[in-house]
Amino acid sequence: MIVRVRCVSKHFGDRMAVNGLDLDVPAGSCFGLLGPNGAGKTTTLRMIYGVTRPTAGTISVFGLDIARQARAVRARLGVTLQQNVLIEALSPIENLRVFGRYHLLREPELSRRIDELIDFLELRSHAHLPVRALSGGFQRRLAIGLSLMNRPELLILDEPTTGLDPAVRLALWSRVRDLRAGGTTVLLTTHYMDEAQRLCDRVAIMSSGKIIGEGAPAELITSHLAAEAVELDCAPDEEAALFDGVALPPRRVRIGRRLMLYLDDATKLAEHIRHRDAGNRRTLVVRPTNLEDVFLALTGTGLEGGEA
Amino acid sequence: MNISLPHAFAVWRRNAAMYRRTWMLNILPNFFEPVLYLAAMGIGVGNYIAQMGGTSYVAFLAPGLICVAAMNGASFEVTYNIYVRMNFEKAYDAMLTTPIEPQDVLAGEVMWAVTRSCIYGGSFFIVVTLFGLAPLPSALAALPVIPLAGLLFAAIGMSFTLRLTNIDLFSFYFTLFLTPLFLFSDIFFPLKERLSGIWLWVAEVLPLLHPVRIARLAFRGELSPIVLWDVTYLLGVSALLLAWASRTVRRRLTN
Repeated sequence: MIVRVRCVSKHFGDRMAVNGLDLDVPAGSCFGLLGPNGAGKTTTLRMIYGVTRPTAGTISVFGLDIARQARAVRARLGVTLQQNVLIEALSPIENLRVFGRYHLLREPELSRRIDELIDFLELRSHAHLPVRALSGGFQRRLAIGLSLMNRPELLILDEPTTGLDPAVRLALWSRVRDLRAGGTTVLLTTHYMDEAQRLCDRVAIMSSGKIIGEGAPAELITSHLAAEAVELDCAPDEEAALFDGVALPPRRVRIGRRLMLYLDDATKLAEHIRHRDAGNRRTLVVRPTNLEDVFLALTGTGLEGGEA
Repeated sequence: MNISLPHAFAVWRRNAAMYRRTWMLNILPNFFEPVLYLAAMGIGVGNYIAQMGGTSYVAFLAPGLICVAAMNGASFEVTYNIYVRMNFEKAYDAMLTTPIEPQDVLAGEVMWAVTRSCIYGGSFFIVVTLFGLAPLPSALAALPVIPLAGLLFAAIGMSFTLRLTNIDLFSFYFTLFLTPLFLFSDIFFPLKERLSGIWLWVAEVLPLLHPVRIARLAFRGELSPIVLWDVTYLLGVSALLLAWASRTVRRRLTN
């Protein structure tokens, strides 16, 4: 295991940010920590790289105790913070040079590594412009570049693609896959379920400082919900009329007017609804169940029926 | 955790890299300020005062104002600039994802503040020399006072900044602490001619008094055993405050 978290809790005054957390990140994997805002994801990451001290429990990274050997651990990992920390007046190359020095890189290795990363993250065309002139996508790529200066064995990404356009997200995902293929272990947080499903071998869903579900994305889906989802707009008081005469599946999630029902074969239910609904032509989607459904069901957002 | 000098130096180099980008803009005011002071005092007030402390009034002011320049150079750096790096630019959050520890950040920032005090105070010294107000070579003995004053005010300002949670409170530091020091530290008039008895002893608490006294002695080409006390004060108070700051900085940057 690259990261081993055991019984870790963190209090900030009266507030319990992380509560009895156990976590294992296997070497060479891409591990996703999912959860709503305020679930304790960032606090967990900060404890893993040693800038937040757990109130209780132990954490080891690369087999080293982070509480005693923070310097040695941080020399071997890279962290991309949620908010880009860049020097706006300086160019990408200068930013990389400043950051490389934090790791005590010297010439000629420093320049060689900068050159590699400028190519890897496709920053060449903007390499000499001041950072403040770059778009959000370029800035994010540079921020990730900084965390790669020391060729980390473990890359920690805190919400890597929040606020980026779809093309930039796709490009970043492909870079993360390249890194993984090169043997880097990746630990990321996200609240985009599609990101987790596409990138991660393993995910853990956090809520209120605890892990409430963990496994490979596909496993997590089949172990919590049926294979298909029926999704439709339907106010609570319309339900009786709409579902009259049909056995309802045990698991459903409601968020406002949006209702999602999970069952192994949705064909009959969908036909029933269309039939009942004849004139209204309400939007109705039948689709495979995804990680987002599991997330909604587990975090209890608008949950009805079945156990959480 | 002990300080790692190579990591502290990496912190210093971050600031140097930013400063180098704009050094022409940054350094010019450092030259204008002394010129304006000496012009106003020389052409203005100086004409009404025949002599002070055995020299012309402008020459009397010169050594003190060099120390003020060093004080200001360090003070701006460890107050506003550090606050911005810590709370707005989040520079330290990024540093702490690398092997840099909070103590290294503190050491690097103090080194940088001393550097700024040398740029500031050194510019002032050059202007004063060009105006013929620094008797050479004896005035050169005042040069080591610049980094010492820088270190002391880096330590004082840092101790203040590490406790601060609101950037607006810095104006108190400048108007209620640095400005009175500027006015009452033997710069504009000889304290010992205006104070007597116990007040002369109380004045020894004032941090700016000590570098000013050393610089003035150097400008006069004199040497006095009191310099030993002044150097002890400069180094001792700096050491005490930095020791306290190094315990506080960890709590401030990590949680």
